[in-house]
Amino acid sequence: MKKILSAVAALVIVGSTVVTAAEETLVLDGSTTVGPIAKAFAEYYMSIYPEVNITVSESGSGNGAKSLVNSDCDIANMSRFMKEKEFKAAAEKGIMPVAHVVAMDGLAVIVNPANPVKGFTVEQLRDIYTGKVTNWKEVGGPDKAIVVISRDTNSGTYETFYNLIMTHKIDGESVKEKIKDGAEYVGSNGAVRQRVATTPTAIGYVGLGYLDRSVKALPVNGIMPGKETVASGTYPIARPLYMFTNGYPKLGSHTFRFVTIYLSEKGQEIVEDIGFIPMTNY
Amino acid sequence: MEKQINRLELTASQVLRNKILEALGNGVLFSIAALAAIAVLFIIYFIAKDALPFFQSKHLLEFFTSSSWYPTAEPVKFGALAIFAGSALVTIGSALVAIPLGVSAAVCLSDVLPFSLRQYVKPVIEILAAIPSVAYGFFALVVFAPLLQNSGGTFMATAWLVIATPVIAILSIVFADLLTTNIKDAKLRKISRTATTICLFIISALLLIFIAATLKSIQIMSGTNALNVSIILGIMALPTIVSVAEDSLQAVGREIREGSYALGATRAETLVKTILPAAKSGILAAILLGVMRALGETMVVWMASGNAAQIPTPFYNFLEPVRTLTATIAGEMGEADQSTGSMQYHVLFAMGLCLLIFCFICNLISEWVVRKERKKLGA
Repeated sequence: MKKILSAVAALVIVGSTVVTAAEETLVLDGSTTVGPIAKAFAEYYMSIYPEVNITVSESGSGNGAKSLVNSDCDIANMSRFMKEKEFKAAAEKGIMPVAHVVAMDGLAVIVNPANPVKGFTVEQLRDIYTGKVTNWKEVGGPDKAIVVISRDTNSGTYETFYNLIMTHKIDGESVKEKIKDGAEYVGSNGAVRQRVATTPTAIGYVGLGYLDRSVKALPVNGIMPGKETVASGTYPIARPLYMFTNGYPKLGSHTFRFVTIYLSEKGQEIVEDIGFIPMTNY
Repeated sequence: MEKQINRLELTASQVLRNKILEALGNGVLFSIAALAAIAVLFIIYFIAKDALPFFQSKHLLEFFTSSSWYPTAEPVKFGALAIFAGSALVTIGSALVAIPLGVSAAVCLSDVLPFSLRQYVKPVIEILAAIPSVAYGFFALVVFAPLLQNSGGTFMATAWLVIATPVIAILSIVFADLLTTNIKDAKLRKISRTATTICLFIISALLLIFIAATLKSIQIMSGTNALNVSIILGIMALPTIVSVAEDSLQAVGREIREGSYALGATRAETLVKTILPAAKSGILAAILLGVMRALGETMVVWMASGNAAQIPTPFYNFLEPVRTLTATIAGEMGEADQSTGSMQYHVLFAMGLCLLIFCFICNLISEWVVRKERKKLGA
């Protein structure tokens, strides 16, 4: 009898482990900016829960939203909030998108340390990058031509700058200004810093993680870039990075655990390592 | 005796086996050789296939006529004229650097330097080819660009003086000789020759100093510009030009040189009038190879040309940042959406196809020149 009982117990145990070991998959799709965070989270998560299989695709925020609406993914990574149109499409299919802000993305506008300029407004930055302002004296500096340096159009850094500085609203219509022809494009944050550090008349922008003493970060609209001003949203060249789920995930589910990694100490570390501003401050 | 002969003769099956083996060996070697050719054909096919949608689109005209390059804006603009101009400017600039330097270095190696010294100099020049292009790019960005910004005028003035002084000195002596060569009286000729030489020296020295002063007063705004990459690309193209040109100068042969000396020609006359004309097809091939190297180089221009999609004002202004075809392809391929087959993806392939066609034409020209020359020599 005892033997039978233990055999049954063993069977039950084996059976239950088989059930939990059945691979669960989490599919993420969307922004190339949020992609690195999602990938690092996925790596960390799969090291704790090896039975979960997570795939992260980077097809852009718009495609992420589309995948979520079509139920092709569990979590949509987005570097912008969902548009009204996308919400409508989701509602029609019975999907209820819920946003989770996992990190903040902030850019610092940098000049050479020898540059006496005190700061910019967003409008001045836009005018410099469109080529309307070409001389430092027009923004309170010496009488010298401005060397405009931008990240290459391939980068998330460029995209952030483009969306937050070059895009503005005129009479309620969102207008995208073009960066001037003469702007220099540089392939990495480090190269932007290098160019600005060695060029007295240059202006550039880099992710907050790349600031050091070789360049000078200037306040925009009177606010210095920093962890606090970016996290609180007062600094103008900052934006939240989102993960969207269908409805608020069930407590204890893998989706729930995944979209709340950013609240943990490890999550904060991961976000900081990639160069974004975490939402928590341990 | 008969038995031995029988042993040497192959049986029918052995003959068959040998034939099969031979055919097999030939086949394997042929297919390996064909692999390279097939690879080239495949590359052309796939680039052309992905470029075709762009050439069929409505953007084709602006591609060659407009210079506003906004591949991600709304509405998109694919005006690549400035990018073509950038590639042309950088290629011409590097040719201006590499051709005089490379050809004179080759002449020096083959006909001026003693053999013992040449053995050391040539490998050193060839080491230039072994430096990875990203290292050149790093140097251009971190060392050369700040140098051009901080003391670009001084740099250009010094370079001008170093290069132009000996050239102008030689030219004025040669000109003085030519001008006075018709004077019959030996004594008079000698005096007038010296006088003319001194006159020309003074004039050219004034010219030298004037140009040097003009260059020195130039303030370079941005060190990552066409001049920077032209010089670096010129240096990168040097080993190709030097080794191919030197080989062709060597191939001219000792008899021709000795014949020229025997007729009383000086070393300079032998070089300019005999050896250079005899080796000109090889030198042209060397130049074209070097130019294609500069045109196709990506990493250095991506790091140090500034990548500004503009036509400099005026168009030959080497001190402004430019953008080349190769850097555009390398820099924008990542964002161009391949899966949706966006137009930006196809326009990059169109650029690649243009580059390919240009290099192909260069190659054909050099092949044609070499073949023509060979025919002439043969006949």
